[in-house]
Amino acid sequence: MLRVVCCAAAFGAASFVHAQNPELDQLRNELKKLQLRIEEIEKRQSPPAPQAPAAKPVNPESAFNPGITLILQGTAARSSRDPEQYRISGFAPSGGEVAPPGRGFSLGESELVVGGNIDPYFRGNLVAALTPENEVEVEEAYVQTLRLGQGFTLKGGRFLSGIGYQNEIHQHAWDFQDAPLAYKAFLGGRLSDDGVQLRWIAPSDLFVELGTELGRGRSFPDTERTRNGAAAWSVFGRIGGDVGTAAWRAGLSFLRASPQGRSFEDVDSLGTAVTQDFTGRSRLWIADAVVKWSKLKLQGEYFRRRESGTLGYDDTAGSAAFGAVSGDYASRQSGWYAQAVYEFMPRWRAGARYDRLSRGEVSNAIIASGLGPASGDFPLLMSDHDPRRTSLMVDWSPTEFSRLRLQWANDRSAEGMADRQVLLQYIHTLGAHGAHRF
Amino acid sequence: MRTLLSVLLTAGCTPALAALNIFACTPEWGALAKELAGDRARIFVATTAQQDPHRIEARPSLLARARTADLVVCTGADLEAGWLPLLQTGAGNPRIQAGQPGYFEAAAAVTLIERPASLDRAHGDVHAAGNPHLHLHPRNVAAVAAALAQRMAELDPKEALHYRARADGFLRRWREATARWEAHGARLRGTAVIVHHRDLAYLVAWLGLREAGALEPRPGIAPSAAHLSELIALTKREPVKAIVRSAYSDARPAEWLSAQTGIPAVVLPYTVGGTPAARDLFGLFDDTLARLLAVAG
Repeated sequence: MLRVVCCAAAFGAASFVHAQNPELDQLRNELKKLQLRIEEIEKRQSPPAPQAPAAKPVNPESAFNPGITLILQGTAARSSRDPEQYRISGFAPSGGEVAPPGRGFSLGESELVVGGNIDPYFRGNLVAALTPENEVEVEEAYVQTLRLGQGFTLKGGRFLSGIGYQNEIHQHAWDFQDAPLAYKAFLGGRLSDDGVQLRWIAPSDLFVELGTELGRGRSFPDTERTRNGAAAWSVFGRIGGDVGTAAWRAGLSFLRASPQGRSFEDVDSLGTAVTQDFTGRSRLWIADAVVKWSKLKLQGEYFRRRESGTLGYDDTAGSAAFGAVSGDYASRQSGWYAQAVYEFMPRWRAGARYDRLSRGEVSNAIIASGLGPASGDFPLLMSDHDPRRTSLMVDWSPTEFSRLRLQWANDRSAEGMADRQVLLQYIHTLGAHGAHRF
Repeated sequence: MRTLLSVLLTAGCTPALAALNIFACTPEWGALAKELAGDRARIFVATTAQQDPHRIEARPSLLARARTADLVVCTGADLEAGWLPLLQTGAGNPRIQAGQPGYFEAAAAVTLIERPASLDRAHGDVHAAGNPHLHLHPRNVAAVAAALAQRMAELDPKEALHYRARADGFLRRWREATARWEAHGARLRGTAVIVHHRDLAYLVAWLGLREAGALEPRPGIAPSAAHLSELIALTKREPVKAIVRSAYSDARPAEWLSAQTGIPAVVLPYTVGGTPAARDLFGLFDDTLARLLAVAG
């Protein structure tokens, strides 16, 4: 429209050229003004106003569905020792799922992850594991705050504890099929409790995070019991940052638990059944460090535990040679692992891990008294063996949603026995694109 | 004593000079934020041009920066789905939650192309909201710039005029540059190319290039030998001028195909910092065009 007016004006101006010069100047000025206006309007119009994206037709009932992710996994395994008999010598059984995968084909846990924002203030998350034994296990079910501010986040419900490095990572995101020996021996695979967690991130360019948890003491090293208030307490702190193109994180965690009658089955020197239990205090320190640089990931953690209290020995159900006796018990044990994973070509990774546990110092008053059971009657606890394991793996991920892994391990967890394990694992993820922790 | 006190007080006051702490998910938005805010913002760019934007991790330094950010500038449309949610839930920062003014999604300011008709990962790593690599069309950059400047003004109202003036200046220079690029790029119209990934789709659409094929058989799926041999056959049928890939992507498939067919492999910066010449947004487009024109003949 404006262009037409402008052209008409220009044409008009041209036809008067020879007649009146003052009018020509005036017209010229007007023409200039019009041109400027056009430019201005064009400027305002460009870039063209973005079209509002067409509203997606949604079903009002499903529009607010949370994100759902399903993880399918399974293994085909071969081991030289029966996984049912798996023990870590020198360490009380943790009751967790620490045994290597069963021989032959076996389904892993199918994990169903459902999560989303509840409202502007809270976010909720559920991780349910459908176990191969046809049970449903609630791995995590928590709500967390989004708007507490000042770097604080409060989480409540059941959740994987923030201690250590690998503890908070779900199994399907691990670099090896199974947990490090230290996790198996000291935390029953991992620590997951019912309770509350408070985290704080410092307002600095260096990553500094502090956190504390109060828990029910649902799982190893604690024992569940009826009590008002919290049983287990933990605190953790970590720092992290970048060095060039490498990212690093280092942390220190402390867990205090007070197990009451934490019992397990063992045998005496004659092979008859014995029940042992521990009541006392358990203090665990974990130091962890992770470095990721280009295609290389290095990870290591060191565990140190002190337990002191009373150990009970009861063979009344078996040989009844000593009956039920008890005595003071104290231990200082440690363990560590270090692993490296390298992406040697796109979608292909190889990794190696070395695990070692140190039985450390154990003082057992029952044996020291010399009147009751002897060292040989505690084949598990008094075993003089430092468990160790070497694992190697190669995995291939055609996309970020699927992964196949071949893993080999020489596991010397039990005294005098080398267990050679080979397994093939698949991990497949469907549904919402999950976010993975560092 | 008094000097010490005043030194301490001044030291405590210096950060107030930078009004906005901006966390940019990708280099292009970091560069844009710098154009619009100038020295009024402290800008942290979470990723580099050498990193695949689909495969970023929520590393500790990102959490630390997200904690203090006043404004997070990201692409949206699921491009950051693998890591940004962890920063939003883990940093304890209410300002950057979805729906807050401190969370800016570039994708909300433009119309995305290639929105899939059906959502099925059998088609590869598709993005439900459409192709998120939107910054490779200058008009999208202009639309995002206008929206971002407005958001900055909203968050830092005292300096609203500053952002508006800078946005006007930027948009004027951007329009001039766009006209220049379009004039120079006109002879690329219809040029057949093979791309690596769909991350260049907006560039292809803008310049009117013809995408004869893609190294990835489906988005996010690595090229297979069978697919590569199909592409060799394709180059015999069609006059493909270049095999184009982004700086961050795996060089081998493009170089292999180039060696097999003699068609030049062209590395495009993809984002600011992808090549030495792509120092800012203008350099990004200048260099992208120069590299394409060099092989178009």
